[in-house]
Amino acid sequence: MTMNLFNQFLSPTFLGLPLIAIALMAPCLLYPSPAPWWQSNRWTTLQNWFIGSFIKQILSPINTKGHSWALLLATLMVFLITLNTLGLLPYTFTPTTQLSLNMAFAVPLWLAIVIMGFRNSPTHALGHLLPEGTPTPLVPILIIIESISLLIRPLALGVRLTANLTAGHLLIQLVSSAAFSLLLSQTTAASLAVSLLLLLTILEIAVAMIQAYVFVLLLSLYLQENV
Amino acid sequence: MADRPVPVVEKRLMDVKLGELGTWMGGRDFTPNGLLSSVRRGYERYYNKYINVKKGGIGGLAMLLAGYITLSYVWEYNHIKHDRWRKYH
Repeated sequence: MTMNLFNQFLSPTFLGLPLIAIALMAPCLLYPSPAPWWQSNRWTTLQNWFIGSFIKQILSPINTKGHSWALLLATLMVFLITLNTLGLLPYTFTPTTQLSLNMAFAVPLWLAIVIMGFRNSPTHALGHLLPEGTPTPLVPILIIIESISLLIRPLALGVRLTANLTAGHLLIQLVSSAAFSLLLSQTTAASLAVSLLLLLTILEIAVAMIQAYVFVLLLSLYLQENV
Repeated sequence: MADRPVPVVEKRLMDVKLGELGTWMGGRDFTPNGLLSSVRRGYERYYNKYINVKKGGIGGLAMLLAGYITLSYVWEYNHIKHDRWRKYH
């Protein structure tokens, strides 16, 4: 099993067509578009409630000018949460385990926020590099440290999402293969492994949703500083 | 009760007799627009039957997810068939 442990993260192709294309389109197909009439079906109502409450919560600390980012943040959140949770189904492929995809989300959005901040109020944006009340001798070092922390944000955003999901999937595969191989010979150990697997699956579902939320929350935080 | 005679190509697939299947396939619209419209019609049929109902249950979504799982299995079969429990048998 050690040889094919990471095989689940290879992008699978079938007759030359990559599954990642279908996996990326799956969130679009699963959400019904809102209907113009007042009372819609249960799924549309659920969807509207979820997106509405999420946007209300995430846009509350941002001033009015940043509210134009609502559509982007809502779409990102729904997309990430769907991709993560669909990846927990058997045999499915999780595109968010690919670092390339997560960096493709993180870098342009972070860069857009930073450039917007520098363009609208450059002194304010540069002022973020030095926290208030630092003692004077520490100022040069602190500016360097703060700029490094600013530059590392997109890397952290992308790698955080990738690492959390990849680690979760790996753990599930390891524990399930251990439980399966122990099932006949040492049943007590196997039952321990099965209970661990159950807890792990619940954790993974939670992590899938939380990581999507954290991604979007941090982006909104950076937006708050810069808008 | 006599049904009005309908041309073969306009019948629904379940009403086409086995002998008429060739004529039916030949008369269908296989242009990209035709394919897209048939996909859209199929989607609308599924949506209106299982999801766009006042008290939709989990079944509508569950069938979609089950279809997604089988599709993923088919896509990854060439990869999975090499999986082994032991290195040497």
